[in-house]
Amino acid sequence: MTLPPMVAPLVTGGEREPTIKIRPHRKWTPVDLNELWAYRELIYSFTLRDIKLRYKQTGLGIVWAILQPLLTMVIFTIFFGGLAKIPSEGVPYPLFVLAALLPWTLFASGLTRSTTSMVTDANIMTKVYFPRLIMPLASIISPLVDFAVSLVILFVMMVYYGFVPTANIVFLPLFLLLALATSLGIGLWLSALNVKYRDFQYTVPFLIQIWMFASPVVYASSLVPVSLRVWYGLNPMTGVIEGFRWALLGSGAPSAMVLVSVGMVILFLISGMFYFHRMEQYYADIV
Amino acid sequence: MTDRIAIHVSHLSKQYRLGGPQEKYRTLRDAIINSLKVSRKIFYKAPPVKEFWALKDVSFDVEQGEVVGIIGRNGAGKSTLLKILSRITTPTDGIADIYGRVGSLLEVGTGFHQELTGRENIYLSGSILGMKRREIDAKLDDIIKFSEVEKFLDTPVKRFSSGMYVRLAFAVAAHLEPEILLVDEVLAVGDAGFQKKCLGKMGEVAKEGRTVLFVSHNMAAIENLCPRTLLLNNGVLVFDGDSKRVIERYQKSVDTIISVPISERKDRWGEGGAKICKVQIMDSDGECIQNIKSGQTIDFVIEFTADTHIHLLEFSISFKTLMGFTLFYCETKQSCAPFEIHKRRGHVTCTIDSFPLAPGTYSFNVTAHRGDRYYDLVREAGTFTVDTGDFFGNGVTTEFGYSPFLVKSRWKMERI
Repeated sequence: MTLPPMVAPLVTGGEREPTIKIRPHRKWTPVDLNELWAYRELIYSFTLRDIKLRYKQTGLGIVWAILQPLLTMVIFTIFFGGLAKIPSEGVPYPLFVLAALLPWTLFASGLTRSTTSMVTDANIMTKVYFPRLIMPLASIISPLVDFAVSLVILFVMMVYYGFVPTANIVFLPLFLLLALATSLGIGLWLSALNVKYRDFQYTVPFLIQIWMFASPVVYASSLVPVSLRVWYGLNPMTGVIEGFRWALLGSGAPSAMVLVSVGMVILFLISGMFYFHRMEQYYADIV
Repeated sequence: MTDRIAIHVSHLSKQYRLGGPQEKYRTLRDAIINSLKVSRKIFYKAPPVKEFWALKDVSFDVEQGEVVGIIGRNGAGKSTLLKILSRITTPTDGIADIYGRVGSLLEVGTGFHQELTGRENIYLSGSILGMKRREIDAKLDDIIKFSEVEKFLDTPVKRFSSGMYVRLAFAVAAHLEPEILLVDEVLAVGDAGFQKKCLGKMGEVAKEGRTVLFVSHNMAAIENLCPRTLLLNNGVLVFDGDSKRVIERYQKSVDTIISVPISERKDRWGEGGAKICKVQIMDSDGECIQNIKSGQTIDFVIEFTADTHIHLLEFSISFKTLMGFTLFYCETKQSCAPFEIHKRRGHVTCTIDSFPLAPGTYSFNVTAHRGDRYYDLVREAGTFTVDTGDFFGNGVTTEFGYSPFLVKSRWKMERI
């Protein structure tokens, strides 16, 4: 078929490879991770922005990062440790609950922020291109500052209770990574869904509340009947929290349940990246 | 020739769906209800989804170092084209290949955050627009100097005046150094002096041999900066060539649309319920006229139909240059209460005393609305020509092309 002379041919004959190829969107393609790497500085910029904005125009500023986990710990210790007398595997209850609150808060605030990230910054994303994945990614990274503060509080408390960390602590970064991966895996799904259905941003607070009681935050997973343990592991936060307690306080070594959790996280991450990329392509038309 | 191409666009099309589920935010409830309705759809006809092509089969090539203008009426597809080329949205059909690093400026101050300081925003906005931090470090002094807001650099931008804000934002954008720059009407902000500075910067960019696509309503700027211009109309590339000729062609195309009677026009916006059928311009004797004299008292008579009784209907006419710049608008609420519509047909009259526009050709939009709710909106509902008239009441006249407005002023000299 010969095209009319005025119309450019559909394919360029040049030897050069285009820098950018723009094509109609296809349904299921993976996220371009090379491109994401090329934009790593922007992840840093957005993370920095989130951190700077977090306690802007507050009277107490960064003190909030200390107060929040501390107050939660005190309340949980009074109600669950003191009144409900939930067993804590021989560890002082405040330490027991704080070791779990560390990854839990990291996960919960990362999830909350990433869910709305694609909508709150829509004004930027409808005006300039960058890999959209940067938004949920920066949202789960920025709570690391609060996490670091809480970790210091935990160490101070361990000194107070005369608790010496075991060699297990070298595995802490691994479980930290798992916590971030969980937050990203779920965050990818929820942020993409929230672009289309704003219902999700209202659902997330409830989801997090229910999820916390479905995870071994205020109690130990040994409280769950053995027959249900495998199902319990389907909740990735179970593996994360048990791992944290084991690495920090040396309580019960993580069982095969953790592997189920890891498997779930990988599943969420991969499916999340496909779903997110699918949404990304028509993002500007529906946001 | 192919190895000098910067942008290659081939049969690019973009379809939007109007009136369908994508128009509003989708809620889960809608999705659930829709999935339940699948079986019912066999028996009931689904509500019509209006499909509309914002861009249809557009093809062109831009060579490296070319500066190309893009013009067209509102809704012609200019912004859609830029959004596809800057990868904000994907095309429905067709392809585009880009050879080189792209920077897009679709708004002034992309990524600026109110709570952050000027300095922090330079870094944030710069990196969102595609600069590396090292690059920003190197250009920081130039950016600050260009912005003229050194003193307030460590103040949150929410305390900035809008002029300062725009200057800082543009300063960041002006220091982008992509090989290909996509610019959308960002120069239509700021005071005249600053606009001139921006246009100067654009000219420099063009001279440096970078490729630029420039969307604008400012024909003078287009003619100055771009040797070549693309004209889009209803998503179709209707003309591609020498800027002067394309601009002439554009002005003619506005006339062509208007030759269709308003009641038969399909390119109207609004939800319906009331429809504008005809607009007539009359002199004080009630005679229909096409040419208005500056300073003349005239009536714009809008004929409309209404499907039902409408409580509180308002009308407006906005007067524009042929390039699409709104000059002024007259609305019922400026002078009277909204109308109570009982009858199915009627007409309203808008009287303008001492018509204030200088000789030239203008167009106008007409709306029938109630607050933010538009029943009917017809863009470019008509054109009219203004002839020299005795606006000032003393025989002094103003020639064409000097300024669009005529304003009475009083002068006196005081002896020292």
